[in-house]
Amino acid sequence: MRQDILNDDSLTFAEKIISVRADGVEKIHRSGDITVLPVDLAMAQDSTGPLAIKVFGEMGVSRVWDPSKIHLVIDHSFPAPDEKVANLHHLIREFVKKHGVRLVEGSISHQHLLENHVVPGMVLFGADSHTCQGGAVGAFATGIGSSEMAAVWASGKLWVKVPESIKVNLTGQFKKGVFARDIVSHFIGTVGEDGGNYRSIEWKGPAVKDLSIASRACISNNSMECGCKLSIFEVDASTQEYFRSVNRKSMYKDEYDIDIGKIVPEVAEPGNVDKVKEVGEVEGTPVDQAFIGSSTNGRYEDLAVAAKILKGHKVKTGTRCVITPASKDVFEQAIKNGLAEIFLQSGAVFTNATCGACVGTHLGVLGENEVCISSSPRNYIGRMGAISSKIYLSSPATAAASAIEGKIADPRRYL
Amino acid sequence: MTTPTILKGRTWVWPDDVNTDIIIPFRFKARTNDPVEMAKYCMYGFDPEFYKKVKPGDLFVAGKNFGGGSSREQAPVAIKYSNVVAVVAESFARIFYRNCFAIGLPALEVPGISRQVKQFDEIEVNLEDWSVRTRDGSVHQALKVPEFLRGLMREGGLVEYYRHHKTFPWERIEAKTLAS
Repeated sequence: MRQDILNDDSLTFAEKIISVRADGVEKIHRSGDITVLPVDLAMAQDSTGPLAIKVFGEMGVSRVWDPSKIHLVIDHSFPAPDEKVANLHHLIREFVKKHGVRLVEGSISHQHLLENHVVPGMVLFGADSHTCQGGAVGAFATGIGSSEMAAVWASGKLWVKVPESIKVNLTGQFKKGVFARDIVSHFIGTVGEDGGNYRSIEWKGPAVKDLSIASRACISNNSMECGCKLSIFEVDASTQEYFRSVNRKSMYKDEYDIDIGKIVPEVAEPGNVDKVKEVGEVEGTPVDQAFIGSSTNGRYEDLAVAAKILKGHKVKTGTRCVITPASKDVFEQAIKNGLAEIFLQSGAVFTNATCGACVGTHLGVLGENEVCISSSPRNYIGRMGAISSKIYLSSPATAAASAIEGKIADPRRYL
Repeated sequence: MTTPTILKGRTWVWPDDVNTDIIIPFRFKARTNDPVEMAKYCMYGFDPEFYKKVKPGDLFVAGKNFGGGSSREQAPVAIKYSNVVAVVAESFARIFYRNCFAIGLPALEVPGISRQVKQFDEIEVNLEDWSVRTRDGSVHQALKVPEFLRGLMREGGLVEYYRHHKTFPWERIEAKTLAS
């Protein structure tokens, strides 16, 4: 039965994995069905975990279902910028001690899990919307809230609705100055910020093989900005056989073709993630800050391209450039390989790994009317600080070039 | 606390794509675990003074994709503890919608509703037949929701449900009947 399901080319990835993993019933589940999944890994972070801990206590549950499968990650505001945050971090550490669950401090959860724990076919629920990043290596990975996380801690299970799927065919080759972030920005601009709501996105086509796992992670992570439940890449050669799927076109709700060779550096204008423009349309807009980091674009390849651009240049006087790695491993690699030196010589600030400026909690919060170009995923009103501040979104390369010029700049001039 | 079946009150009307950063910014929600404190920052991105203006029993009516972005449950919690009794929207973002059921904040998807309601109109939400009655008396049916979720909503969310039944609603029902 299991092999029949995996070989059934009328099923999407979401239908296959839910059919294979669904609790107690071995049958084909199609989009629209509701079922219950056993959980392989449950993650909450320092801005969702404390509420889950509170709810868990209110439910009156005495023990967690499996301490080895529960991860609490202190990442959003690390190290604690103030007393209020410190007290919530303390609550997390006490819970970890009491229940023997896993604690991670100082790496962004999604990057830490990708580096250490996520495997193809895993069922991963995270109390963080960008959990869908796990789809980069073929996991069923999706975000939930704090109360449902508490229910998972108690029972190890959660209900799911099998999502409809969208297929994206990637063809062509990258042009100079264009990166995975530009592809996903282009896609979000095409479908809109609820274009993937309740749905699973499957990234396919001949160009996928040219995308590194870091680039796939960027795309799966940032797919959240069109509301998706899952954002899946087919797994690599060793696991490809297991997850082989040639899906019938008719099973997809929608299908898009993206020729990577036609994509240019993309920038989303402030307020909405789908207000995506070509860099030329917004070039010259003065910026007070450039931020390179976040779970979307804080991996080594992101920092490496930023270093390539910043090398031999100075950050424009009057503009701040904040560079924040996504994990301790990325941080260490950047120091070992000389990236940190390039950042410091350019006048940028190189911080510890944290979500930091992306969520406006510390290390680069924006004041009134300030403008930031950022490689983070969201440009919502007040996301990085004052309600009147403005956020443009771009790839790390575009943000780095903008730091040099003090205004939004085309990265192709520096590559 | 069981949710009443008929909810009647004045409405706050919001546009399309109201995200959870607008409903409660990160820097406030990440610094408290107290729902009453969270309510002080409800709708802060649109109006930092909103908490002074909202009255117990008010309702929200919104456009498409209400609650997009972050998974933060503090967003529906801030709304609930502002004593807003229900949210009606053209559509909801996925995680926000699940969170509403998990905390017992009635959330009804009614396509076209934002054109039928003006700011401060009196409307009536019926959790028995899952419908909304607008000011002119017309009744608008909300999109169907599985009974196990409606039951969860009526019982006040996961905490209340678990304390009462010592199990979660999806554990009690045969998988094949969940969708009905």
